[in-house]
Amino acid sequence: MTIVRIERDEKTNRTDMVRREVDEPRSQVVRFGADKPLKLDAGVELSPYQVAYQTYGELNADRSNAILICHALTGDQHVHNVHPVTGKDGWWDSMVGPGLPIDTDRFFIICANVLGGCMGTTGPASKDPTTGEAYGLSFPVVTVRDMVRAQAALLDHLGIEQLLCVTGGSMGGMQVLQWAVTYPERIFSALPIASAARHSAQNIAFHEVGRQAVMADPDWRDGKYLSQGTSPRRGLAVARMAAHITYLSDAALHRKFGRRLQDRELPTFGFDADFQVENYLRYQGSSFVERFDANSYLYITRAMDYFDLAGEHGDVLANAFRNLKARVCMVSFTSDWLFPTEEARQIVHALNAAGAPVSFAEIETDKGHDAFLLEEPELFAIVRGFLDSAAKKRGVKAAK
Amino acid sequence: MLTSTSPGTFIAHTIPKTPRLDLVVVANMVQPGSRVLDVGCGDGELLQLLAETRDVDARGIEISRDGVNECVAKGLAVIQGDADTDLADYPDDTFDYVILSQTLQATRRPRWVLEQMLRIGKRVIVSFPNFGHWRIRGQLLWYGRMPLTKNLPVSWYDTPNIHFCTIRDFVDLARELDVKIERAVAFGPSGGRVRFDAPWWFWNLFGEQAVFLLSRKN
Repeated sequence: MTIVRIERDEKTNRTDMVRREVDEPRSQVVRFGADKPLKLDAGVELSPYQVAYQTYGELNADRSNAILICHALTGDQHVHNVHPVTGKDGWWDSMVGPGLPIDTDRFFIICANVLGGCMGTTGPASKDPTTGEAYGLSFPVVTVRDMVRAQAALLDHLGIEQLLCVTGGSMGGMQVLQWAVTYPERIFSALPIASAARHSAQNIAFHEVGRQAVMADPDWRDGKYLSQGTSPRRGLAVARMAAHITYLSDAALHRKFGRRLQDRELPTFGFDADFQVENYLRYQGSSFVERFDANSYLYITRAMDYFDLAGEHGDVLANAFRNLKARVCMVSFTSDWLFPTEEARQIVHALNAAGAPVSFAEIETDKGHDAFLLEEPELFAIVRGFLDSAAKKRGVKAAK
Repeated sequence: MLTSTSPGTFIAHTIPKTPRLDLVVVANMVQPGSRVLDVGCGDGELLQLLAETRDVDARGIEISRDGVNECVAKGLAVIQGDADTDLADYPDDTFDYVILSQTLQATRRPRWVLEQMLRIGKRVIVSFPNFGHWRIRGQLLWYGRMPLTKNLPVSWYDTPNIHFCTIRDFVDLARELDVKIERAVAFGPSGGRVRFDAPWWFWNLFGEQAVFLLSRKN
């Protein structure tokens, strides 16, 4: 496998860069033609479609050292390399790398952009071959299960029968759990982090606020902004700002910003960003719109809303895991109020009732939901220990 | 261990780590190949012993995060949780054995915990320090103070052990719960077993630790 080297092109502006990534990404891409359509939960077939992915490390001779990382809502496949659009380090650089818990010296690591995304896997910003224009809202609504089906197609293409482990946080964790339900025989172990077996009413509500913000932006143009040369930047930025609050805890926000003012001694008695926290959120919002497609945000949040593993199995979660032999390690964070520990425990109880070998650890941190992306030594220790023991049990040999 | 064979020469002997005696006694009560839940499994020493020597499907519950981390690193399936509340979440007859090793005295509701264990496991194994041992009785009698021993080294105000009992107390509770005592083992500080045919009062005086194998009568 070759790793695609990514070099940023400073001359092109960001929006153009994002648009280029949609159809011709600077990643490895597998294209599935008319002979291999993707059957979607919405009852339609998607064809043709493509999956953009990055790999790190080397696949060993018996193909037993592959780990699939599933990214979160606003993440992408650039786990451990400089991002082609933002120029920032990979989003899991602290976890993935030589000698790190997800060790690129020992494992072959794959991360694919999700179906519905905007970094090279087919999504609403991709060109609809029948019209030559971006799909926009004519793109079918996709589910987490559809995302996982596309990943399975990628593994078939790579010739990987069984993953040593599938892991990811938040929506990535949802995909991990979906793997355990849909393809139980194709995973040796699963490590879902800060996730849940269904999206709660509160979480659906937050997503709806974000979607309404996007759709209320006049530049959204009923989803046709790409062909009309506009961009619902303000709407998407507001959506990101609202969502970002849910990724942090009250304590983390307070520790970071308190009530401190931004570059001024006194409040201005206006609606400028007086407080540091306002300034931070505005920055989060404006940097997000530079790298993300607004319609992708609608589609992926929708996929999360529809996620309900027990719903597929008569509302009994344990039945969903009936055929699972893989070992599972579930991790939650004490200050995560978006995917609280209670949700994780329900999964653990169901796995136990189904007889699957499950471990569970709740990590104490005040960093909120985003803790899975941050320097969290206890998380690193658990991931390292779990992967080591899985590799040992599976008899994984190094690639060289 | 270092042994000198001739002056100036030392040979390092690697000593295989021998598991604690009470763990061996517990492990010997478990049928190979069975499903086991260790409640309060600590760093997983017993579970590992069971997995390695008895080929069991080993599960654990542990309250401390450090303990859970160590267990996960050993490849054991361990859930972070509290025995005093979380046992209620397990369905009936999930396990062949539910083990409570050196943990009974640290639970808030020992009777409830035992009842839950008997519900979710076909058999229950409990090991605990005997508070009726002569050395403990002696400390209370002669010094009038809460006992401190090698096995129970923490002062009364710091100890997690809030519900001590004696062997006789435990036998009484077992009778009250109407369970069958299938086997019982008591042993002293040197590891010597108390004679099997000795009466309970004798066990209660000379057994420093006890291990019971219980099952439901019906």
